[in-house]
Amino acid sequence: MSLTKEDILTLLEEVKDPEIPVLSLVDLGVITDVEVSGDEHVTVRMTPTFAGCPAMDYMRKDVERTLEKHGISKHTVIMSFDKPWDSNKISEKGRQHLKEFGLAPPPKYNMVLDLDILEYATCPYCNSENTTMRTPFGPTLCRSMHYCNDCRQMFEQFKPL
Amino acid sequence: MNEHAIKDLLYKLADDQLILGHRNSEWTGFGPILEEDIAFSSMAQDKIGHSLAFYTLLQELGEADPDTVAFTRNANQFHNSQLVELPNGEYDFSLIRHFLYDNAEIIRFEMLSQSGYEPIAKVATKLKGEVKYHVLHANTWIKNLGSSTEEAILRLQSSLNEALPFALGMFEHSRYEQELVDAGIYGGEEAVKAEWLQRIQAVLEKTSLKLPDLETLTPKVGGRYGEHTEHLQPLLDEMSEVFKIDPTAEW
Repeated sequence: MSLTKEDILTLLEEVKDPEIPVLSLVDLGVITDVEVSGDEHVTVRMTPTFAGCPAMDYMRKDVERTLEKHGISKHTVIMSFDKPWDSNKISEKGRQHLKEFGLAPPPKYNMVLDLDILEYATCPYCNSENTTMRTPFGPTLCRSMHYCNDCRQMFEQFKPL
Repeated sequence: MNEHAIKDLLYKLADDQLILGHRNSEWTGFGPILEEDIAFSSMAQDKIGHSLAFYTLLQELGEADPDTVAFTRNANQFHNSQLVELPNGEYDFSLIRHFLYDNAEIIRFEMLSQSGYEPIAKVATKLKGEVKYHVLHANTWIKNLGSSTEEAILRLQSSLNEALPFALGMFEHSRYEQELVDAGIYGGEEAVKAEWLQRIQAVLEKTSLKLPDLETLTPKVGGRYGEHTEHLQPLLDEMSEVFKIDPTAEW
């Protein structure tokens, strides 16, 4: 039986963001490529969300552990900035999971990330757009803090980047 | 292309990030309000992550590994500007330094994302999006506090006057300046400085703060060539204390 790229991507759906356990690394968009060579050697390429994110090394090891758990002993996991991560790389499914988790998904943007987009957030609880950014720095590097002026709750957003 | 020129550029970028990252981290647990405690801690984490990205490029060019480079050199081997090594002071000084530094840094990263040296271009493309949040944070607070109470304005103005000569030192030319510009690797310090002045002026105009006449100031230079204030070595000693106890420890 030979493995395909799709098989590996399906396996990697099991690996979740350690800080957001509903979001798989595939849906987060940090897995940028998978290659399976003729001798069944699997190469997984990853790109960091935030360069200083302490969870990235954990995620890399989690990918290796998951490959081994499925009997894939020949593997290489490469972390690089070749295809830089941006928040548009989060899949539709990932965005839905974020919202269900109570985290506002980042707004999608076209190429140019300006201040309006950074400050904009839709409340994940009541869908109001009448919200105010309190601080771009939340409990983790990838989250900002906002206040909903309608349902009057603080909420966090996965930052657009 | 002269590899020394690229290394010199990388060292200056990486060392600025590492040192300011450590200064920012000193606010952890001491911020004037909880959000600012978190903000400076987050920016510290970002900047130390950014220094790692640049030290990794240096390692690929044959320099020692990032931990060794970060934690075993003495002050005279560091290429950071003197601005980033100054003690935090009161919050007004840290905020002014953050405003002056990050507005310059984002211009550097925007410029370097177009660099002819591809490894730098890739890293800068990634990092410039993160620094946008640092600039947003600095500019918001400068606008808010710089047009608030008399005390806030007075304190910020005094810190601005004090920090500015050091901020001008950020643009000290490398000995390879022209070589880097000619090779399309870096747009050069003069271009960064001109753009920086425009951007910080645009923010300051919305406040009661005044930019001192730059012609009357003497830039505090030397940092890019290993000449530092008395504040750097004690900071390095503290940063490297754990590493030096057992450099081979596994974490």
